[in-house]
Amino acid sequence: MSNKESHWQKTKNHMFVTLAIWFFFSIVIFMFGESVNQGSFLGYPLAYYMSAQGSLAAFVILIFWFANKQEKIDDEHGYGGEREDD
Amino acid sequence: MFKGGFISNLPKIYGLYTGGFLVFILLMAVLESAGVSAASIGIMFVAFTVLIYALIGYLSRTIQVDAYYVAGRQVPTVFNGMATAADWMSGASFVAMAGGIYFGGYTYMAFLVGWTGGYVLVSTLLAPYLRKFGCYTVPDFIGTRYGGNLPRFCATLVLVLASFTYVTAQINATGTIASRALQIPFELGVWVGLVSILMCSMLGGMRAVTWTQVAQYIVLITAYLIPVFWMGSKLGNPFPHFMLGDEVQRLAELESQYGLTKNTGAAIKEAGVPGGLKYISNPHSAVPAGGMAVWKYLSLAICMMVGTASLPHILMRYFTTPSVKSARKSVAWSLFFIFLLYFSAPMLATLSKLQLMDPNLPTAIIGKSISEVQSIPWVQNWSAVKQVFIADFNGDGILQLNEWFMRGDVVVLATPEVAGLPYVISGLVAAGGMAAAMSTADGLVLAISNCLSHDIYYKIIDPKADVRKRLIVARVLLVVIGAAAAYISSMRLTSILGAVAWAFDFAMSGLFFPLVLGVWWKRATKEGAVAGILGGLISGTAYLIYVGPKFMANTPWLGIDHLRFGIIGASVSLVAMVLVSLMTKEPSSAVQKMVDDVRVPSGRTILGKQH
Repeated sequence: MSNKESHWQKTKNHMFVTLAIWFFFSIVIFMFGESVNQGSFLGYPLAYYMSAQGSLAAFVILIFWFANKQEKIDDEHGYGGEREDD
Repeated sequence: MFKGGFISNLPKIYGLYTGGFLVFILLMAVLESAGVSAASIGIMFVAFTVLIYALIGYLSRTIQVDAYYVAGRQVPTVFNGMATAADWMSGASFVAMAGGIYFGGYTYMAFLVGWTGGYVLVSTLLAPYLRKFGCYTVPDFIGTRYGGNLPRFCATLVLVLASFTYVTAQINATGTIASRALQIPFELGVWVGLVSILMCSMLGGMRAVTWTQVAQYIVLITAYLIPVFWMGSKLGNPFPHFMLGDEVQRLAELESQYGLTKNTGAAIKEAGVPGGLKYISNPHSAVPAGGMAVWKYLSLAICMMVGTASLPHILMRYFTTPSVKSARKSVAWSLFFIFLLYFSAPMLATLSKLQLMDPNLPTAIIGKSISEVQSIPWVQNWSAVKQVFIADFNGDGILQLNEWFMRGDVVVLATPEVAGLPYVISGLVAAGGMAAAMSTADGLVLAISNCLSHDIYYKIIDPKADVRKRLIVARVLLVVIGAAAAYISSMRLTSILGAVAWAFDFAMSGLFFPLVLGVWWKRATKEGAVAGILGGLISGTAYLIYVGPKFMANTPWLGIDHLRFGIIGASVSLVAMVLVSLMTKEPSSAVQKMVDDVRVPSGRTILGKQH
């Protein structure tokens, strides 16, 4: 497999993992909202908390993690250069 | 004082600006205690901030195409994050969101999840690749990837429809705020708002919009967070975000004590409740039971997420970063800055609800006698402008939960008054709302006019036009589109939020799959893209007309109402695009190689210097 192909393979896998985590925090939790709400966090009902703050915070962390890891993948394949154009 | 270029001095410049703004707030507070009227303070807040934006817009003027369309592709990651956050957070986010949560409770908070989760899609699927492409506009990508003028034209159609739906709502919001703060009629306020918006964008295009949006973000986030923390401290929770667990429980107790009663439409009509006013009938934190409720929550979140990833005025912000890497990081910073406001909105809703409902607090009104409530100054002020209303349905002279009507926007705009905070905070909130609506309107008007001037005028009508002519056309279109949007919003056709959700649905119906598959599926063909765009757009629009309460108002299928029509549009778009692509000839090897190059994060952009 060429360098380009293995880079794209890793990029794709990284995308799928990221979207799986995203799916959990945006869809799965709220699919079971009623039972999740029985739990609590900081005194908030859990599903309410996730919708108000929890999932939102998870997305922020997820995107930073995604960007950092993707940069590592790029560097490993020699695509880390900062400047393009000209 | 400033060594080096503008870019390297950005932290210093915006640091000074923020300091200056805080000093200005203090100055206003001093003036207030010296006896200057509330009205003058409101005028000064809005006028001063708008003049600053106009000044930034003037200083960022440019005659270069690259600077006009993509801010010279040199906007640093964090600053682009702030600009995107301002671009993103509209009048609806600032003014209407806390109110929506106030009335809708948990169900409404699907918007919060949708409007943040969408950025994960932007970051993983689109932003870095579009940046690598090196396009000026979103249809520029569609036009080059699929080839030919037809896909470019179709993409332009979706962009204009989605952005225009959105921008009328924003100009409407600037008009509302300007008319209130400057005490002028709404119709005039709309035009004042338009002039302010154009002053920020006309001379410098994307470059000017970028630097005003950063300034607007600073104003809007300050204006949102100060009242939240102040009110929190007043109620004994200096950091409300982590300390309101008990308050949320308390609201559930109060709800069962007062009872969540649904009023009949006839009763509301008979009592003469002004249009657009709502009352509390949904539980604050309880999850409604049943599969349909779950589906309604999820489908709304999905529409907002996928719509986010398809909105051109957001995607084009990532064309301005120096590299692919910084585009990716910039999405993360954008979401962080958005998060600061979004995770505060539910707390604001909780605090203001509690203040009205909890009989242990001096500000409570529910359960008190109606004549007593009617003599409270803020109730009088807001009743006079038909933003709050009391209807004594059971005739007992006591205000029940279902007898208190209020417009959602009042939650943000009046809460400082309700909590007894000084007027300077209300002035600050008005300036923040103005910043939020203006920054989004600017991004949208620019997205439309850039797309028409670049994709329609330059790429299709007159490819030989010189730089000067292109920039003149771009500016003329900017003014024309702004004026058209202002004219339509001065006619007050839709409520703010309905229109905003529609923009997301239009964008996801026509653009999401053509964009994503353009990067992720080499087999996607030109014919497929056209089928995807038109199929999504036509089916989505047809469905909107079929269920829209202002149109045919038919019963929605499976609970997919007019806020969620993108579910239909995007599904049709995906199916049409895949089927037609598979039925037509595979893209040429040149196109396939182009897609391969887009997937490599370093090296030259695809379009390079072709512009």
